[in-house]
Amino acid sequence: MHVPMKTSYNEDIRLIRQRGTLVWYALLALALLAAPFYLGEHHLSQLSFVGIYAIAGLGAMLLVGYTGQVSLGQAAFLAIGAYTEAILQKAGVPFAASLVLAGVMAGLTGAILSLSTARLAGIYLAIATLAFAFIVEEVLTRWESLTNGSLGILVKRIQVGGFTFDAEWKFYYLSTGLLVLVLWLMINLLRSRTGRALTAMRDSEISAQSLGIHLARYKAIVLALSGALTGVAGALYAHRIQFITPDQFTIMASVELLVLVVVGGLGSLHGAVFGAVFIVMLPQFIVLLRDAFGISSTYQAGLDAGVYGLLMVLFMLFEPHGIYGRWQKIKLYLDIFPFYRKATFRRQRMFQKSEQLR
Amino acid sequence: MQGLIEFTQMIISGVATGCIYAIVALGFVLIYKASEIVNFAQGDLMMLGAFLGFSFITLLGMPFYLGLMLALACMALIGALLDRVVLRPMAGQPVFAIVIITIGIGFVIRAVVISVPGWGTETYGIATPYSGGVTTLGGLVISNEHLAIIGATLALVIVLYLFFRFTMLGVAMQATSQNQLAAYYVGVPVKSILSMIWAISAATAALVGILLAPITFVHVNMGFIGLKAFPAAVIGGFGSLPGAVVGGLIIGVVEALAGFYLPEGFKDIAAYVLMLLVLAVRPKGLFAQSVAKKV
Repeated sequence: MHVPMKTSYNEDIRLIRQRGTLVWYALLALALLAAPFYLGEHHLSQLSFVGIYAIAGLGAMLLVGYTGQVSLGQAAFLAIGAYTEAILQKAGVPFAASLVLAGVMAGLTGAILSLSTARLAGIYLAIATLAFAFIVEEVLTRWESLTNGSLGILVKRIQVGGFTFDAEWKFYYLSTGLLVLVLWLMINLLRSRTGRALTAMRDSEISAQSLGIHLARYKAIVLALSGALTGVAGALYAHRIQFITPDQFTIMASVELLVLVVVGGLGSLHGAVFGAVFIVMLPQFIVLLRDAFGISSTYQAGLDAGVYGLLMVLFMLFEPHGIYGRWQKIKLYLDIFPFYRKATFRRQRMFQKSEQLR
Repeated sequence: MQGLIEFTQMIISGVATGCIYAIVALGFVLIYKASEIVNFAQGDLMMLGAFLGFSFITLLGMPFYLGLMLALACMALIGALLDRVVLRPMAGQPVFAIVIITIGIGFVIRAVVISVPGWGTETYGIATPYSGGVTTLGGLVISNEHLAIIGATLALVIVLYLFFRFTMLGVAMQATSQNQLAAYYVGVPVKSILSMIWAISAATAALVGILLAPITFVHVNMGFIGLKAFPAAVIGGFGSLPGAVVGGLIIGVVEALAGFYLPEGFKDIAAYVLMLLVLAVRPKGLFAQSVAKKV
């Protein structure tokens, strides 16, 4: 196992700690940059979706994975971002401004929501965000003068100056570039004072509070940030799909984002990206499964629900740290071979006292 | 006078809907009180119960009450099995892990119902001995389905009250819900108690499903009504059984009034708006029991 010897503070706060990692990331960057040259249209569009889902997933990860606030209403932020973008583009606002505004709008909604939810914890928050998502969906359906109701809005391609994002590879570079930007922002956010406060809140609200962390304020901040990130993803999504209706943003979309962070690995940025890859590949995997077992397509809906449900249950039971957690275990196993012990990663149980004290 | 009767009529149908929410919410609260697990699959359990009832009564042609009892028994068994197989290994894990797992269970139940031959995504009805008729009371007209729901809710609440107040098992369950460790020390078999609570909760879910069948019909998506029961449980303060009933009634009546006096669309979100307002004022619901958690 590699044990780094640190000789300066700068070494400790460097983004990339080891030279070996740098090489791998450089190779990955090269592969991503060159992707349009060796991948077909279909695979490129899948990669664009990975970018969009990963940004939305990072928003969810910040909330669920780093702050421990389960949200079942991420679809609402996605919808607000998408609709803001669509409406602003119609009004002739340039893309750079409308993308930022879509994020700001979703973030503001998150901040307003936190007025009602800031004092909530655990399960109450999950249900409150769920309620919020229902309300947003209903408003989008009913406010027909603005959103065109359930008929939906057509979204044009992105245009910056005279440049139109009309080919798959152009959009791919845009979404991947934005993903890298968001990842860089997240890394820096997480090691700032705010980021550390969020993690402290996740691990114990009471001890965070006794260390002087203003819980309600940080909950508002994290909800706004998460909303903003998800809103940006929603704006990109609107442009990618080019047609948005309220029923693309139901509770299923929220659950999908939750599956993304759980399967990817809670509490890790890698996890959000792995989860996004997973979510984008899953429908194709389900089709493969269907064909392999000769299941007729009338059972498609049942198969979808079953696979999602089983994945959630099985991951929670057997691999709560998701794909990234499994990867870490494999890495450690290889690093310290043959000294790996099963107990290294044993889950700790917390026999906490009931919340219902009298 | 006509207006008053119309108003009362609306309140009564609101109360009937509210009773449905109340029983589903009771199911949530029972499990939450005992094990601090919020069962997001409650609505889907209800749907499964309704489908079981439909199979026994309509497909196999059993008498209504026999089919009802069989469906309740099957669901109780399924509830206990869920606890034993899926949730017991999760004891002591963080809240979100358990939330996610129960959402997953809900999806699996939906998948099972869709793929069972004879169930699928069609809409079915259950013929009940009381359905179709109405009871008139002064100028009021109440359908028998609504009366049955209100009556069954009353009966269930009374039975549950007596059970928790006077039986050994009920008191043991209360002890478990107050402090699992202490209950274990004084000899309460905590694990099997938890399984039994899941059984009761799943059986009440099946009861609602079958009561609801003549009104909304049996369908894969009928479980979504469980999502309306969340506001009921939350307004009542999640840990309180009477709170769940009151919360359910409030939601039902508010929804009926919103459907009548407010523009279209408000009916569907009235419950959620009301809940967010209550949470903004009282973060733990109206009948909150809990104080701050100890570290």
